[in-house]
Amino acid sequence: MTTCPLVVAPPETTANVTFDKTMDDRIGEVMRRYPTRRAALLPVLWLCQERFGWISPGVISAVAERLGDSPAFVDGVVSFYTMYHTSPPARYVLQVCTTLSCSVCGGRELVEHLKAKLGVGFGEKTPDGSFQLVGVQCLGACGNAPVIQVNDDYYENLTPQRLDAMLDELREGR
Amino acid sequence: MESVLLRARGVSDSRSIATYLAAGGYEGWKKALGVGPDAVVKEVLDSELRGRGGAGFPTGRKWSFVPKDHPGPRYLICNADESEPGTFKDREIIEHDPHQVIEGIAIASFAIKANTAYIYIRGEFVRWAKILEKAIAEARAQGLLGTNVLSSGFDLDIWVHRGAGAYICGEETALIESLEGKRGFPRLKPPFPAVVGAFGKPTVVNNVETLACVPHIMTRGATWFASIGRPRNTGPKLFCVSGHVNRPGVYELPLGVTFREIIEEHCGGIKGGRKLKAFFPGGSSAPIMTAEEVDVRADFDACAEAHTMLGSGGVIVLDDSVDMVNVADNIAHFYAHESCGQCTPCREGSDWCADILDRIAAGHGRSADPDTLLRICRFSSEGMTICPLGDAYALPISSMVNKFRADFERRIAGASPLPPKKLPVLPWTGPRPGFGI
Ligand SMILES: Cc1cc2nc3c(=O)[nH]c(=O)nc-3n(C[C@H](O)[C@H](O)[C@H](O)COP(=O)(O)O)c2cc1C
Ligand code: SF4
Ligand code: FES
Repeated sequence: MTTCPLVVAPPETTANVTFDKTMDDRIGEVMRRYPTRRAALLPVLWLCQERFGWISPGVISAVAERLGDSPAFVDGVVSFYTMYHTSPPARYVLQVCTTLSCSVCGGRELVEHLKAKLGVGFGEKTPDGSFQLVGVQCLGACGNAPVIQVNDDYYENLTPQRLDAMLDELREGR
Repeated sequence: MESVLLRARGVSDSRSIATYLAAGGYEGWKKALGVGPDAVVKEVLDSELRGRGGAGFPTGRKWSFVPKDHPGPRYLICNADESEPGTFKDREIIEHDPHQVIEGIAIASFAIKANTAYIYIRGEFVRWAKILEKAIAEARAQGLLGTNVLSSGFDLDIWVHRGAGAYICGEETALIESLEGKRGFPRLKPPFPAVVGAFGKPTVVNNVETLACVPHIMTRGATWFASIGRPRNTGPKLFCVSGHVNRPGVYELPLGVTFREIIEEHCGGIKGGRKLKAFFPGGSSAPIMTAEEVDVRADFDACAEAHTMLGSGGVIVLDDSVDMVNVADNIAHFYAHESCGQCTPCREGSDWCADILDRIAAGHGRSADPDTLLRICRFSSEGMTICPLGDAYALPISSMVNKFRADFERRIAGASPLPPKKLPVLPWTGPRPGFGI
């Protein structure tokens, strides 16, 4: 498995967002699945995050206009969920499970190892913008504890050694 | 027991429709289309299938609540949110046998006469959302979904809808709000979703594992299904075992096995030769059980009798090295993070418990703390909140205080008062272990 780095649009390019034809078609296709326009909001936000890397205020306005809701409403929804990035993320977001099963099966040591190795705490990015450490709740893979999700991919049954190998691999991939 | 839900595990290319069809797949769907919706509901009623998502509600009964005379549309939702700590069974089903789920959704939709079904899958499960989308496309290409399925006149579309990181969206009414493009705030019941659900229309929400049972009930019959397990607790069940066991994983066993069998026989006992201290029988929302209660049967009624619940079947095993203060602290942080914030007892209570437990864990416990925890929990459970998350944090925490009070008192006995400069009142501003353990 090779995890792809995130493509992250810098803030200045997402201040004013307009959707091109491909994007607009994809949004239209998603909207046809639901009886209301608003129901397309979560999937459309996913499309935007894939495209721009994060949900900037510019993206929020553009989505609100496309779906006929207010930016305040869209912002309210975005802020309820944990997976939409409201600031530009690092290229690899390391989401470490901190819940019970992982925690008692080596997860705690893993976090300490990661913090020491990367020199960052939860919520922080490494200065070169490669890695971002995030503590998350149960990832639904507790039998293979401890678990880390890197961008979209799951890495399970981790040990500090396997983690080091994983980080090296990701570093080379950049 | 023969493998039913996990029969595809270990089979090569098990996800493809060709493999599924070769193993008799979609026969249940064809049979359902032949016998009609009422006969399908009756078969599922007779099988006594109970929901695998947490509450154990009889599936056939839930389907029969959909108003018969409603002009439509109606919706079926497959709940693949799988966020309960200790639960990882739906992912296992989707990983090995996605068509089983698609077939179950098709039969259930037909039974309640819904022409649109959504699979609400947690946002983190990107890989499994793609697997489902591929399976849906394959089934559609074979004419098993879409317009006029197999010339029956029945139309069915299934869409995968990804969540975006919120445990509460597993609760059925929060899920519906989220599907509608809103914040995942649970709704007051009644009205129940079967009457007023998604987009204001009658809606049935069923768990992945529940729906995966349905094709087998159609092909092999209600009597066969009811012959597995115990009366009123029928059928195969997936148990997800995690924590301090030698062989953690997903096990398919008849309902009614004992937790001892699960932990000792199937999972090879406790890791490193240590002793069992406690276990959660059905995800972290179920009151904890002690090593002495290991002979309780793992089914809905037996767990209820033991004042806990089978929940999702997520068995979290803890050995004698753990301190219950740390377990309670970890659990409290989970619920404090996941409370949607609509109800005061749940929003404030879960945070307050996490504060107190952080303080005890940091060595500044007070003798009144255990009783304060119990009091907070009492005011957050048994109908004091909009949704059962209020109970889901309160009952496990109070069970830990009640059953392992010695652990709490030991930490408190050795505690030091708070450093003088800090106000000795809440909120706790010292270190936040976050990681209880
Ligand atoms: C806080 C909370 C979280 C829940 N999370 C899930 C979940 O992740 N998956 C699930 O299938 N059901 C979950 N449920 C149960 C659902 O509300 C609902 O009862 C279930 O999906 C119904 O399906 P069933 O009848 O097949 O069990 C949760 C309930 C509560 C109160
Ligand atoms: S009990 Fe908690 S999660 Fe449920 S509606 Fe109330 S505040 Fe939200
Ligand atoms: S506790 Fe870590 S994946 Fe569930």
